[in-house]
Amino acid sequence: MAGESNGAGVFGSSIRRREDPELITGRAKYTDDLQLPGMVYCTILRSDYAHAKINSIDASEAEALEGVIAVYTAKDIEGSGVPGGIPVGWLLPDMKIPEHYMLAKDTTRYVGDGVAIVVAEDQYTAHDALDLIYVDYDPRDGIADPKAATEDGAPLVHEEAPNNIAFDWEIGDKESTDAAFANAAHVASLDIVNNRLIPNAMEPRAALADYNSITGELVLYMTTQNPHIHRLLMSLASLGLPEHKIRVIAPEVGGGFGSKIHHYADEAIAAWASMQIGRPVKWTATRTETYLTDAHGRDHVTQAEMAIDANGKFIGLRVDTYAAMGAYLSTFAPAVPTYLYGTLMSGEYDLPAIHCHVFGVFTHTVPVDAYRGAGRPEATFVVERLVDEAARVTGLDPAEIRRRNFVAPDNFPYQTQVALAYDSGNYEGALDKALEAIGYDDFRSEQAAAREQGRYLGIGLSTYIEACGLAPSAVVGSLGAQAGQWESAVVRVHATGKVTVYSGCSGHGQGHETTYAQIVASALGVPYEDIDVIEGDSGVMPHGWGTYGSRSAATGGSAIASAAEKVVDKARTIAAHLLEAAEEDLEFEDGNFFVKGSPDQAQSLPDVALQAYLAHNLPKGIEPALEATSFYDPENFVFPFGTHIAIVEVCANTGQVDLQRYLAVDDVGNVINPMIVDGQVHGGIAQGVGQSLYETAVYDEGANLLSGTMLDYAVPKAHFLPSFETDRTVTPCPHNPLGVKGVGEAGTIASPAAVVNAVVDALSPFGVNHIDMPVTSEKVWNAMN
Amino acid sequence: MYPSKFDYHRPSSVQEAVQILSDNPDAKVLAGGHSLIPVMKLRLAAPAALVDIGRIDALQGISRSNGSLRIGACVTYNEIANSADVQAAAPLLAEAAGQIGDRQVRYRGTIGGNLSHADPASDLPAAALALGATLNVSGASGSRSVSASDFFVDLMMTALQPDEILTSVEISAASAGTGSAYVKFEHPASGYALCGAAAVVTRGADGSCTGASLCFNGVSATAVSASGVASSLVGSDLSDDAIVSAVSGLSIPDATGDMFASAGYRQELAKSIGTQALLTARDRA
Repeated sequence: MAGESNGAGVFGSSIRRREDPELITGRAKYTDDLQLPGMVYCTILRSDYAHAKINSIDASEAEALEGVIAVYTAKDIEGSGVPGGIPVGWLLPDMKIPEHYMLAKDTTRYVGDGVAIVVAEDQYTAHDALDLIYVDYDPRDGIADPKAATEDGAPLVHEEAPNNIAFDWEIGDKESTDAAFANAAHVASLDIVNNRLIPNAMEPRAALADYNSITGELVLYMTTQNPHIHRLLMSLASLGLPEHKIRVIAPEVGGGFGSKIHHYADEAIAAWASMQIGRPVKWTATRTETYLTDAHGRDHVTQAEMAIDANGKFIGLRVDTYAAMGAYLSTFAPAVPTYLYGTLMSGEYDLPAIHCHVFGVFTHTVPVDAYRGAGRPEATFVVERLVDEAARVTGLDPAEIRRRNFVAPDNFPYQTQVALAYDSGNYEGALDKALEAIGYDDFRSEQAAAREQGRYLGIGLSTYIEACGLAPSAVVGSLGAQAGQWESAVVRVHATGKVTVYSGCSGHGQGHETTYAQIVASALGVPYEDIDVIEGDSGVMPHGWGTYGSRSAATGGSAIASAAEKVVDKARTIAAHLLEAAEEDLEFEDGNFFVKGSPDQAQSLPDVALQAYLAHNLPKGIEPALEATSFYDPENFVFPFGTHIAIVEVCANTGQVDLQRYLAVDDVGNVINPMIVDGQVHGGIAQGVGQSLYETAVYDEGANLLSGTMLDYAVPKAHFLPSFETDRTVTPCPHNPLGVKGVGEAGTIASPAAVVNAVVDALSPFGVNHIDMPVTSEKVWNAMN
Repeated sequence: MYPSKFDYHRPSSVQEAVQILSDNPDAKVLAGGHSLIPVMKLRLAAPAALVDIGRIDALQGISRSNGSLRIGACVTYNEIANSADVQAAAPLLAEAAGQIGDRQVRYRGTIGGNLSHADPASDLPAAALALGATLNVSGASGSRSVSASDFFVDLMMTALQPDEILTSVEISAASAGTGSAYVKFEHPASGYALCGAAAVVTRGADGSCTGASLCFNGVSATAVSASGVASSLVGSDLSDDAIVSAVSGLSIPDATGDMFASAGYRQELAKSIGTQALLTARDRA
């Protein structure tokens, strides 16, 4: 690797991920791999009922089992004097915020709601003891459908939330939107269900808590995407320990997709149990528990309409959505179907009137929160399905109607009707590239010929935009966030010129150790191998906000770039002093400072670093050592966009959808590592195809989770997917130092609409204009027959 | 995923295994473990003891003699799928075994475990039925043979008594002019059959059909034989039309539905998959 890893050219090259050798040889240490002296195990008894009153709990048999150290219920947590809460971190006006305690006190509100805790010497005993706790439940009716839950007489999840409505939120202008519909030449309307998803990170959630009763310090190893957020919420809401006495460490984390952002009861329970018994306590979710407790995603019921004028121009968009919150408000749940959803309703289009109304609804289900894309896949699905329906009702080609409505490249910055101001874009550029690569015109003739033979091919476009790189802190604060969204970095050049970089982000598969080192190698001109990146330990790095929302390059990377720039500035001052030259006369190239025209008399960055640490000969007023800290607050969101195209064939006999080609042209701005970007796009597409064709969390009428195992819940397998074709256009972000946007969620945001649009296109001879996800073979067969 | 406590026995003979089973009414037989261990980890089953028959020599091996194929109960799917003897004498079984689960499952799972578990969505029951396999079992009161058509009683229930072990499977080698095919429509999550069709057809010297069998996995509580389709094919010329027409009247009694696929859709799949299986079997005959 040495040949390609030196100096400025590292940024933008496909260096192999340095994370992978450890991961693929099994040497990486995940939370559950960690062992501490005296460690014991905790398990959690979970409600079998979606909704029940707890009359009594008899734990005497469990307590008597050999190896059981303690059995606790909510009463014990209350008695310990800790706050015991699981808070929501995003507030909307007039939102109902029912109490969420670490264990159910007298009512369970979803299957999986925690009821009691066992602490035992080993895992087997801890699980055996769960079978010996007898809970006398008084079962009540439950409800899982978010629209039905708002009807009069529906079972209530919380008494204080009539009709189960947590919040009633809108964005845009109702009046101008209604006027647009009154003047419309055509109206496209769809009823859309956005299916509920289970995250399925490869590593289940886990926590290992080590409380030292003498120092009052808690070290909490856990599966987290954001150690500092967990430290803050553990301190303020759950445990009541001072923030500086809590150290949250993320060991290797095996994927999250959002599910490890949130503050759950379970990790707080492990910490609380360690505080009670004074020994390290480990909790590791079984796969069943991940299904029953990891915050689910999506789960919307929507009515959407587009008003179109006689020229095929969109003049108004109206969206009404019932969005499930589940049984309690999870950490960022209220933001997902509101500020991450309603604000995306303009898509890539110049839309003069938009109104989006959302009910957040309590249901007797696992709480719903951010899951890869978080609100933006739901919005994109609404908009891109409606655009295809608009093409159908106007008789225009789906590509043509998009062209007529795109925000033009010379119209940026573009202020949408739903708060966001797009900073840059070239939507037609990505569309053209994608149409050419897929052979759009040829496909239409192939499709016509196939139909003659009774074969049904379809093509689907998804011209998506997303807002990510979360986010300008003052903006999100004004919208209800109880958190900042800036990011931190430390770039520390050691005396030998080697570099350690600390970031407040917390990667869990994204490849930050590689890409962040690439940024610093280019900025400092030091060899890539001489740079290490450390993340995920609240005891080591400055406060940061973690990894989610495709933010780590745009905010974390920018913070690193800013810190590296400060390091170079200081090094330049020292180098000028050593070279006895004026700073402004110095060049900095490939890690060397030299007077313009005299590169042979250079001070390298390691030379300067050594002098900075020795401090024998520093310019006046310059402090020793060579490092810098940066706290970077972005000016705006970043706006990746692109065109995704799916081609499917639908089997006329079985209804099975065969995804034959999938092509993505993404614009994620400047690219730090093309291979890693491709990997993110591939993974994102696979997850979005999963939603569109296979995955769905099914609850029965009594709100019991039927798809409770991987035998029933279909995560796509490699052989279900074609080899994806990927390409890019590059429109750099104009407001961050690297010109980067975000890529972690793009594939998941774009792909469901592309796939479903392709299936609907294939089924157009049967008069089909919509089909809900997942598009199973039976649904297709029914649509054809 | 931590199972309840259980005792573990590892007998070295069938006789010893049967004795342990008679002495321990709550014991379960452990072969490849790929069905039993997951349900134990989910605590949906909590046998007091496991009788591991994986190291009994008599339950191993594939052999051919006098036109008959014998497969030991502990032979793995992978061995069956790749055995030249099975491919020659009962290619349908090799084809079905090769479609089970994934590579890891095929290296551990066994034919005896599969048939004794009698999961109707698994791949081997319909193949065993279509091939007219004979299942040899041993119990405390001796040994007996059961035909595949008598073996599958109901959902995950077989003719095995609690103290009996399936020891081997015998299949008559395919005669000249016989072709077969196993076609599966997979459940996308589990990989089990939403519908799996096992077809065998034999052509006489004049090309007409002298024997046929069409059996299904995944459609009802047990693997089922579509005997009506088979009998209407016998004597036909096995043309596309003859096959399509024979399958068109297919109706599987007591078809089952679940949250993924309704009973009605499974019936439709059976027609489509069954037709494909018969057409392929015919082409191979």
